[in-house]
Amino acid sequence: MATLQLKNIIKQFGDTKVIKGIDLEVNDREFVVFVGPSGCGKSTLMRMIAGLESASDGDILIDGKRINDVGPADRGLAMVFQSYALYPHMTVEANMGFSMRLAGVPKEERRAKVLEAAKILQLEPLLDRKPKALSGGQRQRVAIGRAIVRNPSIFLFDEPLSNLDAALRVQMRIELARLHEELDATMIYVTHDQIEAMTMADKIVVLHDGVVEQVGSPMALYHHPRNRFVAGFIGSPKMNFLPVTLTGVTPEGVEIRLPGGGERSVPVDGVHLDANATLELGVRPEHLVLDEQGPLSGQIKVLERLGGQTSLYVQMDDELITIMADGDVAYRVNDTVRFGFAPERAHLFDAGGLALTSLQQHPLARLTRQDNRAATESASPGEQV
Amino acid sequence: MNRTRASGRTVGGLRTLSLQAPAVTLLLLWMIVPLGMTVWFSFQRYNLLMPEMTGFAGWENYEYLLTDPALWSAMSTTLLLVGSVLVITVVGGTLLAVLFQQEFAGRGIARVLAISPFFVMPTVSALVWKNMMMHPSNGVLAWLSQSLGLPALDWFSSLPLTSIIIIVSWQWLPFALLILLTAMQSLDEDQVEAARMDGAGPLAIFFFITLPHLKRAISVVIMIEMIFLLTIFAEIFVTTSGGPGLATTNLAYLIYIQALLDFDVGLASAGGVVAIILANIVAIFLVRMVAKNLED
Repeated sequence: MATLQLKNIIKQFGDTKVIKGIDLEVNDREFVVFVGPSGCGKSTLMRMIAGLESASDGDILIDGKRINDVGPADRGLAMVFQSYALYPHMTVEANMGFSMRLAGVPKEERRAKVLEAAKILQLEPLLDRKPKALSGGQRQRVAIGRAIVRNPSIFLFDEPLSNLDAALRVQMRIELARLHEELDATMIYVTHDQIEAMTMADKIVVLHDGVVEQVGSPMALYHHPRNRFVAGFIGSPKMNFLPVTLTGVTPEGVEIRLPGGGERSVPVDGVHLDANATLELGVRPEHLVLDEQGPLSGQIKVLERLGGQTSLYVQMDDELITIMADGDVAYRVNDTVRFGFAPERAHLFDAGGLALTSLQQHPLARLTRQDNRAATESASPGEQV
Repeated sequence: MNRTRASGRTVGGLRTLSLQAPAVTLLLLWMIVPLGMTVWFSFQRYNLLMPEMTGFAGWENYEYLLTDPALWSAMSTTLLLVGSVLVITVVGGTLLAVLFQQEFAGRGIARVLAISPFFVMPTVSALVWKNMMMHPSNGVLAWLSQSLGLPALDWFSSLPLTSIIIIVSWQWLPFALLILLTAMQSLDEDQVEAARMDGAGPLAIFFFITLPHLKRAISVVIMIEMIFLLTIFAEIFVTTSGGPGLATTNLAYLIYIQALLDFDVGLASAGGVVAIILANIVAIFLVRMVAKNLED
C-alpha cells in the first residue's frame, strides 16, 4: 500500500544531534523494526515519520511524495503508543471512532467501520466499556483497533508491548504478525527488545547513537553482523569477544592465535589486514561447544540451569565467557572446562570494530519472513536449510 | 485475631472507643454548642436595644424574617454573586491554565504572579480595588475610560454588584488557576499526540481531551469556592456596606446588619439558621455532583 523513504534525516535539539543523518527505504507491505538501546534515537525517528516531531534536515517521502510539511493527521499514518494513549473518558467504540468523528463521518458508517475492526481484534464484547475497565492486553488491542479504523497506509508502533507481562507479550507478538498478514499493510515497529525484532521483522534497522548501524533481515544480522555493536546487540545471551593475535592471511581465511595458545583459521576476508593488526574474535554462546580437546579453557564461575539448556559463565583471563551448553552437563561451579568452536561460526572484528567479511554467505542470511511462510506451506521446511 | 489486627479494634470496640472519645467529643461540642445557641436564640426575644423584652418568641423571629423582602433580596444577591463568580473563575481559570501550560520564556515567574492575588487579604484587595482601581476620580479604570474620551464610571454606585463580583473573581481566579494548572500537568502527553494523529486541531483537543481530563478538578474547584463564596463579607463591608440600598447585601451581610447594627440577636440567629439551611441545600446537590465525578 505504501513505501517510505528517509533521505539524510537529521534531528537536533539545540546543539545536540540526536539523529545524525539517516537514509532508509521501507518497501510496500514490509514489517520493519527499529531496534537499539535506549537513547539511540529510534523513538525520535518514528515520531518524525509520524509528524509529531519535525525533522531538522532531510526529506521524508511516502510513496515518493515529500511530506515533511504535512501535518500528522494528513500523512495517512496511524500510530500505536507505548502507553496506549486511549482517551479515558470515552468508550472503546468512541475511542476507535474518534478520528472519524472529527472527520465528520456519519454515525452508522462509523459504527460499521468500528465493528469491522473490532471483529478482527475480537473486541466486539468490549465496545461499550471504558478503558479503565480493560486489561492491559485489551487496551493494547483497542489502541491497535483505533489505528486499523483509520485505514492507514503505514502503521507505526512505538514499543507497543513493553507494558505487558511476558506471557501476554508472546501472545500479542503472534497476533501482530497475524495482523500484518491479514491487513497486508506496511508496518514500522520500534522496540528495544531484540526478540520482538527477530521474530516479527522482515527487515531490522539497528540504530545506535543516532546512526544506522546495519539494515537487514533478522538472519542476516545474526549471521553477518556488520560490526561489533550489531554483533553484541543481536542475539541473546550476548556474543563473547576475545582478543586474538593475527598470525597469517591465506586465501581460505585469517589465521589467528587464541588466548590459550591454540591456532585457528577463520574463513573471513583478510586481504586488507596489516600484519600487526589487533583483532577481536566473536563467538556466540550457543556456538561454543564443550570439548575436552578444545583450544580454550577456563573456570566456571556461575552456572544457570534452565532445564533444556545450561548457561556456563567461564572466567578466562579477564573475560567472563558465556557458553550455552546442553541441559544435562554434569559440571559444577569452580570446575575447569575446555571448549572450542567451529571456525565458520566465528566472527573477526578489526580495531575499528568492523567485521571482516565472511567468505561464505550463511544459507539463511537472505531468508525473510515471506520465505518462512512459503517454507511452511510447501510442507518441506527442511529444504530451505 | 487477624480481624482485630487489621481493623485495630478489640471485640466490642470498647478500647478504641475510649481513645476516639476525646477527639469526637471536642468536635461535637465545637459544632453543637454554637449551632444549639443559634437555634435557641432564634426562638428568643433578644434585642440588645430593648433589654426589657425577653422570653420565648415562638416562630415570631422567623415570621418577621421570612416576610421581610430584605431576606429574599439577600438570598438572590448571594446566589447571583456565587453563581457569577463561579462561572467567571472556572471558565477563566480553565483558559488561563491552558495558557500557562504552554512553553514560553518566563513561565515560572508569570505563574507565580498570576497566582499571587490569592495571597492578598480580602480586606486589602477590596481596599485596593476601591481606592486605586474603581475610584471615580483617582482610579485606574476611570483614567482609562477618560483617556478614551469616555466619562468616568462610579463603579460602586452604578454597578455595585458587578463591582463586587469583579473583586471577588479577581481573588478566586488564581485559586481556580492553581488547581486546574496542577490537574493539567497530569494530562498524558501521549493522549494529546494520539488525538493529533487522529486529526484533532487545538479546539478539538481542548474540548475532547483537556476538558474531560479537567472535569474532576473543576468539580473540586466549584465545591471549595462555593463554601467560601456563600459567606463573602469583607469585600462588601469594605466597599459598599451592602448598598446602595440592599443591592449588594448578601445573607452574611444581612445577618451582620441585624445582629450588629440593629442589635437584634434573635432575628440575626433566625437568619443564621436560614443560611445554614440554604448552605445545606446547596451542599446536597454539590456533594452528589462531586461524588459522581470522583467516581468515574
